Order: sequence, then structure tokens, then C-alpha cells
Amino acid sequence: MDFRFTVEEEAFREEVREWLKKEIPPRWIELDAGLWEETEESWALSREFQRKLGQKGWLAPAYPREYGGSEMGHIKRLVLSEELNYNRAPISIEVEISVNWAGQALMLFGSEEQKREVLSKVGRGEAIFCLGYSEPNAGSDLASLQTRAVEDGDSWVINGQKIWCSYAHYADYCWLGARTDPDAPKHKGISMFLVDMKTPGITVRPLINVLNRHSFNEVFFDDVRIPRENLVGEENNGWYQLVMALDFERSLIGTAAAHQRFIDELVHYMIEAKGKGERFADDPLIKDELAEIAVQNEVLRMMCYRIAWMYSQNLHPSYESSMSLLFSSELLRRIANVGMRVVGPYGQLDTDSKWSVLKARVMRAYLASLSIGVGGGSNEIQRNIVAMRGLGLPRQ
Amino acid sequence: MDLGLSEEQEMLKRSARDVLQHECPKTLVKQLDESEEGYSPELWRKMAELGWLGLLFPEEYGGSGGSFVDLTVLLEEMGYNILPGPFFSTVILGGLPLLSAGSEEQKEDLLPKVAGGEKILTMALTEPSVSYEASAVKTTAIAANDGYVINGTKLFVPDANVADTILCVARTKEAADPEDGITIFLVDADSPGVEVTLLKTLARDKQCEVIFNNVSVPGENILGDLDRGWPVVQEMLQKATVAKCAEMVGGAQAALEMAVSYAKERVQFNRPIGSFQAIQHYCANMVSDVDGSRFVTYKAAWKVSEGLPAAMDVAVAKAWTSGAYGRVTLTAHQIFGAIGFTMDHDLHLYYRRAKASEMMFGDGAYHRAIVARELGL
Ligand SMILES: Cc1cc2nc3c(=O)[nH]c(=O)nc-3n(C[C@H](O)[C@H](O)[C@H](O)COP(=O)(O)OP(=O)(O)OC[C@H]3O[C@@H](n4cnc5c(N)ncnc54)[C@H](O)[C@@H]3O)c2cc1C
Repeated sequence: MDFRFTVEEEAFREEVREWLKKEIPPRWIELDAGLWEETEESWALSREFQRKLGQKGWLAPAYPREYGGSEMGHIKRLVLSEELNYNRAPISIEVEISVNWAGQALMLFGSEEQKREVLSKVGRGEAIFCLGYSEPNAGSDLASLQTRAVEDGDSWVINGQKIWCSYAHYADYCWLGARTDPDAPKHKGISMFLVDMKTPGITVRPLINVLNRHSFNEVFFDDVRIPRENLVGEENNGWYQLVMALDFERSLIGTAAAHQRFIDELVHYMIEAKGKGERFADDPLIKDELAEIAVQNEVLRMMCYRIAWMYSQNLHPSYESSMSLLFSSELLRRIANVGMRVVGPYGQLDTDSKWSVLKARVMRAYLASLSIGVGGGSNEIQRNIVAMRGLGLPRQ
Repeated sequence: MDLGLSEEQEMLKRSARDVLQHECPKTLVKQLDESEEGYSPELWRKMAELGWLGLLFPEEYGGSGGSFVDLTVLLEEMGYNILPGPFFSTVILGGLPLLSAGSEEQKEDLLPKVAGGEKILTMALTEPSVSYEASAVKTTAIAANDGYVINGTKLFVPDANVADTILCVARTKEAADPEDGITIFLVDADSPGVEVTLLKTLARDKQCEVIFNNVSVPGENILGDLDRGWPVVQEMLQKATVAKCAEMVGGAQAALEMAVSYAKERVQFNRPIGSFQAIQHYCANMVSDVDGSRFVTYKAAWKVSEGLPAAMDVAVAKAWTSGAYGRVTLTAHQIFGAIGFTMDHDLHLYYRRAKASEMMFGDGAYHRAIVARELGL
């Protein structure tokens, strides 16, 4: 057993830090777009940054070189992810979706041509994906999805509606789950497709999230005709691919670093307040709450490390990922509430007020954290997975 | 013992539910949340006609002489439906101190106008230290000619953007005891030197920064006695705290009902999600939070209404209800899944208010400290 990073990994961390100091655009820091808060301007900045990251082979570090990766080991990938998250680099869920969720699944199940055409763009930061999973009546029960794909000559024709598709309004491709055999049991009649978002018949309609921003969408497929070869893997084997992709989705390894940044800022705020002689900075109750979230984040960090380590051992984390996602989402909600205790009523103020503190991050987290116990499978579903897949408890 | 509402209170509750549902649909709530004024003058007039604005005032001042419990009933409904606007500020923050400490002239002049919907009031109490303690009052009022000149910055003042009269709590004397030397002034919001800036907040309620920059007020605008304003503020704060709890109970009730009915309707895995034990346990937790909060709140309200010592009960109510409203709205969000994460949905209106209400008049920890003190710790 050895919890240390190697000298080389530590040197790599330094290298990443130095690079980020130079490359994170000041305007990005000023805009401070958090989770689900992208605007046109912040999006453009982050896409540009991602292309730079791609050129260095750091956008999709674990990808083979031919797809823009650098075949980096998973522990180094962890180091990279920690630094990107801690330093609030201009990458967000869109990179995860494209590189790690849809991309990794395509790497496993896609044909050579699909990989060559799509993954190399993804790895270089030149294309992004959206996920076409959820439907109005298929949320947690994703396997009940009804969007249809029917074979017709040398095409597939797709009809149906998807919902909550994050960044579909920006995406180049959709990683789509559709029903190809309506007569088979629900898990056995789904196939996965690679869909070019520019295909005629696709309509993307915005949904506005509680941060009052446009991050997700409804996507309508109306006789959308895609080439036959855009089926990914085997027909009707889509559920298996989806479950794998969802495991990737839950395998976030940088969340503890992202939380750490937030906790550090709250601690710093307290220390500054103490310096100014403010009474609340001596409140043992607030200190206790801050210490508790710091403790929990150390626990989360180890959950993240376990995932990275399992990958490095060629193991496939499954319930382990659900556990960390669950823990991380509940922790962020807790951090937001403890944050409110730290900053008090100032926490209610939005960014444009002269009185707002910590760039209104506490209030933004209070709202944004609602989503992370839901997206990627709700906390209840994660608990079911931990209980059933992890502990072998009976389904019925 | 009787834990039920009286017949009149039941009627008030029903009619308030009805009126608000019709006159203040969520489309209007959202519109007002996004507006600068944050209230509907039309609805305000209607509230005057219904006697809500004068509910607490004696008949001689245009009111209907209702009790504090009656007001609690009404506030619960306002929290249930969500009623944006300066009702709380006008009636509680402004009306109560006027009623308890105002001179005959002041009461005769202002209270009928408040009851009639012609005047909006608020109190400017908290400052950048956001403390509800007397020692936090740093704004000064210094005697000059036959009046006073006020200087200072007040922060998180609700509804000052639409108020006609601001009750400004200022220090008129430096004394060893910080509670000594505080005076309440009735300040015309149009007075030269009063600068009101609307703050953009999480709950999109209309809290303001109010700067008093050499604001002159005549001596007759003192409310109550010179240097003896703090007990008036304290008495008001105690009632306001219970009143806030009543709003929170209503809001939590609404969030609970929304979530429970959604749990019955929404089908996943071929069954209503409310048939999953995980969701059932959530709902059970929510309803205990709501019922528990309602009882402690009404007990405190009853004590206040009867003029009994209520320090412990008020602190219990706020300590518990603050946490409960937060838990209930968060759990409700969890039950709604992604749909609750949209601006179009109504639930976030409650989730936002839960946090704002928690922090108003002291959060859970603040009130638990009072409970500890009451316990002799
Ligand atoms: C910000 C955000 C971004 C998203 N982005 C995408 C995206 O890009 N692409 C995409 O396809 N989807 C996306 N989603 C959708 C997400 O995957 C779904 O919201 C999620 O799967 C839950 O589905 P639902 O919202 O329909 O809730 P429902 O499935 O209706 O669940 C409602 C409630 O019932 C509970 N429940 C359901 N089944 C059970 C059970 N068996 N046991 C116990 N409790 C249960 C749930 O836990 C939840 O509390 C996003 C969601 C959010 C919030």
C-alpha cells in the first residue's frame, strides 16, 4: 500500500499548474461561469481553451494518440483532473460528456470508422456530444425509452422526443438511445446511435434551468434519417452499452478537488473575518460545520482515488462510482448550506451587488446543487445500485 | 385545551386560500419576483378591502381588532400560496411598533392609511453587521435645531423600495448598555438624503440597502420615547419571528402537497414513484417536519397573542421551522427530479424562500443559542 503520488506524478502536477496559470483566460475568471451557468461568451472561451488542451493531449489524456490523447495512465489523469477542477479551468460537463461518457463508450463499442471520424475530433476538442437518453416518460426508468429507430434501406429513421439534453444546442453529435425492437423485453430492444446534430428533422428547444440559464434542452426527432453505419455496436445490445456509459458518467474523479476549492474559499473568508475582528469568525459552531465538510471531502477524495486506481488496475468501477457520485452530490448541498452559515445573509446576494461576497458562489451552489442529486441517475437510484449491484441485495 | 382554529379563523383561512389562489397565481408571483416593485397595487387594494391590512388594528384605526393568532392564520396562507409584496413589512415591521408605541396623533394619522392600503411601511433595522442585537445599531441620529439628523447604512431592509414611511432605528445616545440610547424615527422615504438601492437576492424578495445621508427629521417623528426604542424593537422582533415561522409553515405545507401529489402521479418502472419505499420515507419525513413546525409555531403565536412570556417558544419555533422548511423543499426537489430544476416549475420559488426565511430574524443556530440560554445553560 502507498498513498503517495510518485515524484513524476508530482512533477506533472506542477507542470499542469504552471500551464493553467498561463492559459486560463482572465476574462473567464471574471465571468466565473459555474455549473450550468454557461453564456455564449463563456462557452466560446471554454471551447477555445479546450482546443488548446486538446493540442497538448490533455483533453482526453487516456485516449490513444491517434485520437488526440496521450495514453496517460489513470493516476496521472487523476492529477490532471484535480488541477483542472481546483483551478476552475474552462471545462465543464460538456467535456465529461464528450470525452469520458459518450467517447469512452464509443471507444469500447464503436467501429474503426466511427472512432477515426468522431473520437479524433472529440479528443482534440473539435467536437462535442450531447446525451440522448432521457424522455418525458423515461427518467429513472431509462430502459422504458420510446424513441424509435426503424431500418429503411441504407438508413435508420428516427422518431421521438428526448428531454434534459445538456448542451444539445451546441453539440455536434448526439449519443442516442432508441428502440429498435418494440416487441422484445424493454432491456433487449434498445440500440445506440451516433447522430450528427445537423441532420434534418432534429429540433432543439431550450429549457431554462433554475439558475435562469439555458443549459439543457428538449430534442425532437422527426423522421430523422441517418446512415445505416451509424448504429453503434450490435443492434438491440444498446442497454449494455448504456449501462457502461452510465458507469463512466458516474466515475467523476475530480469532484473532491472542485469541492476543496470551495471549502478553501470559505475557510479563507473566515480567516479574513477573524483578522477584521468579526465575531462570527470565532463561532465554534460554524467552525465545527466547516470542519465537518472538510472531513467529508477527505472521504470523498478517497472515493475518487479508488475509482482512478481501479481504472489503473484495469478494473471497471460500478457501484463504487455510484457511491462517490451520491456522496459528492450530498456533500455539495451541505457545503452550500454551511457556506450560507459562514457568509450569513450576504449569501443571498447575486453577483451584481456591491455587497455580494465570494462572487455569489454560495447562492449559486445552493441552486446548482439541486441538479447533481438528480442528473446521471438520482441519488435514490444510486442507492439502489449500491445496495443491489454492490451488496447483492435482492431486487424484489 | 383546544388545538383547533376557531370558526372565524377557519373562514379566514379558507377565504385567504381562495382569494390568493385566484388573485395571485404563480404566473403573477414570478412576474412580481422579476419586477422592480415586487407587488401588485391592484392586489394590495383588494387586500385592504378584505381587511387584511388592518386585521391587527383596533376598529378605531380602521382595523378589525383581530388577534395575533388570526394574523398567523393569514400569514400561513400567504406562505402557502406565496404572496410577494410588502404585507409583512407594512403590518409587522411597521404596523406593530406603531400600534404599541405610537402617539395618538401618529396612530390616527398612519394606521387608517395602512389599513386602507394607502401607505406602505417598513423598518430599517439591520446594518452591514446583519446582527439583530442592540449593539449592532450604529446609525446615528443627532439633535439639531428642533429635530434630528440621521446618518448611517442599513442593509437587508425589506421593501424599502416601495415604502412610504421607513421606521429607522438609530442611536441617539452612547451608553454603557447598548440597549439604552436607541430611538425609532418615522422617516418619510422621500426625504432628501434617503437613498434606497434594491438588492438582487436569491429569493428575489425586495431587500434593500438604505443609506441615510444627513437626513433631517422633525422631533415629533420619534416613535415612542427618546432613547427607549429598543424594547419596542424587541417586542416587534419576537412577533415578527413567529410571523415568519407562520409563512414558512405555509410554504412547507405547499411543497409537501406538491411533492406528494407528484409522487402519486409520476410513473416510473410501471408504478407511481410514491410506491417506492424510499419516496414514502421522504414523504413521511416531510409531513412530520410540516406538522411539527405548525404546532410549535402556533403554540408560540398563541403565547404571544395572550401576552404570555414566549421567549423560549418563539426560539423553539424559529429554530425548528427554519431547518424544517429547508429540508422539506430540498426533499420535494429530490422527488420531482429534473423537472423541478427548471425555472418554469414552481418549486424553486419555495426552495429560494426557505433559505431567505431561515436567515431572516436569526437562523436555527441563533435561536438554538436562545433556547440554551432559556434552559439556563
Ligand atoms: C441538470 C440536469 C442535466 C441533465 N442532463 C441530461 C442529459 O444531458 N441527457 C439526458 O438524457 N438526461 C439528462 N438529465 C436527466 C436525468 O438523467 C434525469 O433527470 C434522471 O435520470 C431522473 O429522471 P427524472 O428527472 O425523470 O426523475 P424520475 O425518474 O421521474 O424520478 C422522480 C423521483 O422518483 C425517484 N425514483 C424513481 N425510481 C425510483 C426507484 N426505483 N426507487 C426509488 N426512487 C425512485 C427518483 O429518485 C426521484 O426522486 C439531466 C438532468 C438534470 C437535472
